[in-house]
Amino acid sequence: MIKIKDLHKSYRMGTSSLHVLKGINFEVEEGELVAIMGSSGSGKSTLLNIIGMLDLLDKGSYELDGVPIKDLDETKAANYRNKFLGFVFQSFNLINYKTALENVTLPLYYQGVKRKEREALAWKYLDDFGLKEWATHLPSELSGGQKQRVAIARAMVTKPKVLLADELTGALDSKTSEEVMALIQEINQAGKTILIVTHEEDIANMCTRIVRLKDGIIMEDKKNKMVKAI
Amino acid sequence: MKRLFDKDTWQEIFGSIQKNKIRTIITMIGVLWGIFIFITLSGSSKGLDNGFERAFESIASNSIFIWAQSTGLPYKGYKSNRNITLKIQDVDVLKKKVKGIKFIAPRIAAGIFGGAGGNIVRGTKSGTYAIYGDYPEYIKIATTKIYDGGRFINESDIKYERKVCVIGERTQLELFEKDEDPIGEFISINKINFRVAGVHKFVEGGGFGDDGDIYIPFTTFRKIFNTGDDVAFFMIAADEDIDGVKVEKEIRTTLKQIHKVDPNDKRAIGGFNLGEVFKRTMNFANGLTFLSLVVGIATILAGVIGIGNILLISVKERTKEIGIRRALGATPSEVRTQIILESVFLTILAGIIGIILGAFVLSGINAATVDITDFPYTNPTVPIPYVLGALGLMVILGTLIGIIPAQRAVSIKPIDALREE
Repeated sequence: MIKIKDLHKSYRMGTSSLHVLKGINFEVEEGELVAIMGSSGSGKSTLLNIIGMLDLLDKGSYELDGVPIKDLDETKAANYRNKFLGFVFQSFNLINYKTALENVTLPLYYQGVKRKEREALAWKYLDDFGLKEWATHLPSELSGGQKQRVAIARAMVTKPKVLLADELTGALDSKTSEEVMALIQEINQAGKTILIVTHEEDIANMCTRIVRLKDGIIMEDKKNKMVKAI
Repeated sequence: MKRLFDKDTWQEIFGSIQKNKIRTIITMIGVLWGIFIFITLSGSSKGLDNGFERAFESIASNSIFIWAQSTGLPYKGYKSNRNITLKIQDVDVLKKKVKGIKFIAPRIAAGIFGGAGGNIVRGTKSGTYAIYGDYPEYIKIATTKIYDGGRFINESDIKYERKVCVIGERTQLELFEKDEDPIGEFISINKINFRVAGVHKFVEGGGFGDDGDIYIPFTTFRKIFNTGDDVAFFMIAADEDIDGVKVEKEIRTTLKQIHKVDPNDKRAIGGFNLGEVFKRTMNFANGLTFLSLVVGIATILAGVIGIGNILLISVKERTKEIGIRRALGATPSEVRTQIILESVFLTILAGIIGIILGAFVLSGINAATVDITDFPYTNPTVPIPYVLGALGLMVILGTLIGIIPAQRAVSIKPIDALREE
């Protein structure tokens, strides 16, 4: 599903440049639930951003579901993101003046889906994730776990090829974290490819594969016997 | 363009505007104020314009008064300080020699310029009023209104030196009973009986005269008062499409020739060109209109810049939201369109409210001034092209000013926006 070859990325910091990713070779098969681990500064978020086309690579190649991702301009990246990818963030990143339902319909709006269809789809996902009663509430009226589930619904509603999650449990307590991870595992069981960036061992252990990054290179890449959440 | 007519685009914009009410209101106030000032100012200046026009409507706007005084320079053996009197024969000469004269009405008067007026008696009532000897042309120049049932002096009155008169409305009030119809009744002027042919309504503005004046045929006048061919002054209407100043000059030159006055004598022939005064007043009114346009547009501009300013801040505030939208697949052009449309929509909405408020204020002013006739302010309206122009201007400015925050919004990288906590 994802093929990355010899990926390099550096950032200019004034006069010096910071080499963040130093030759990453990395493949993800369809249906995998991958945890990308590493301490802060290891380059794990940068890797996720490049996979998410929020950032551009300097060197190397990146292929998503057989489509080479190159020569990205903002518009093209936006279309690819919209079509191929779903994002879940640590801080949920819901639009605070939109209800849960409106938040979930937003990516469909940018796909040009008709309003009725958008809402029907969004209802279905919110229902699936047990958020039906909360659909018309604003994010400020939801608990952290509910917010993250709305965010996951928003990421899933476009049926992306890959779900990218950046520290999705970072702002949640351990019980809620487990609930959210249970949902992630459920989605994965249904066949979705999911990448999770985390620095928590127990979250990583709930995945089928763990990739450890240190100083911009992959230190370890191993299959993991998935621990069921809850 | 397609996106402009998409219902969803507007729902997205309404959503964003509705849910940020304070921002929306603050943004709108600037433009609302601007258009309000624009409408009120231009409406008021139009009202003033109308007021001036009304003030001049009692008399043909291109009319000229010409009278004779004493000479200021010696000429052809005549000493200076010789008194000149205009004669009725001058009329034919002027008509022949000066082009552009539409009507010329010689008038002679008793009771103005210091002379004694006519002594009017009817039964037990009496009074002293100014008496004018007039030709029918007078009514075509000074648009004095004659009340229904009556008439002004006509050609046969002149021809047969009839003893008919047109009295003023005050004269009627003073000489007749309230319910009495004066038409056909007789009054005595200097012990000669005159039949009342009409009652004129006095309209203020444009020269002199008052509501007690009595008009009688010129020929009758000169017989009674023994004035021969003398004329007190000419009232002349120039053709509409001709320069009144030029006509006045030619008339003066011709009259100087007739009465053997030095062509350079500035004093002998007096004149007053109402057309010129009218033009000057209208220029003043036009200047005011222009000023109000400039001020109004400048205020709108300031308001729109205010919108741009606040949208710029709001884009900064919404950095994260924009980042989220970008991450979810909004293309730069979609983000840009949304911000610009928000700007345009706010501008137009504020504009329309401003227009409505302005219209309310104008109608309020109108209601307050409608009964004050000596204040030159009538029917304050804003021409539709001004309103449409202002709206068009707002759309253009709103778009232009929206480009700045839109560009700012697009320049935000989603990754940076999302990182911002």
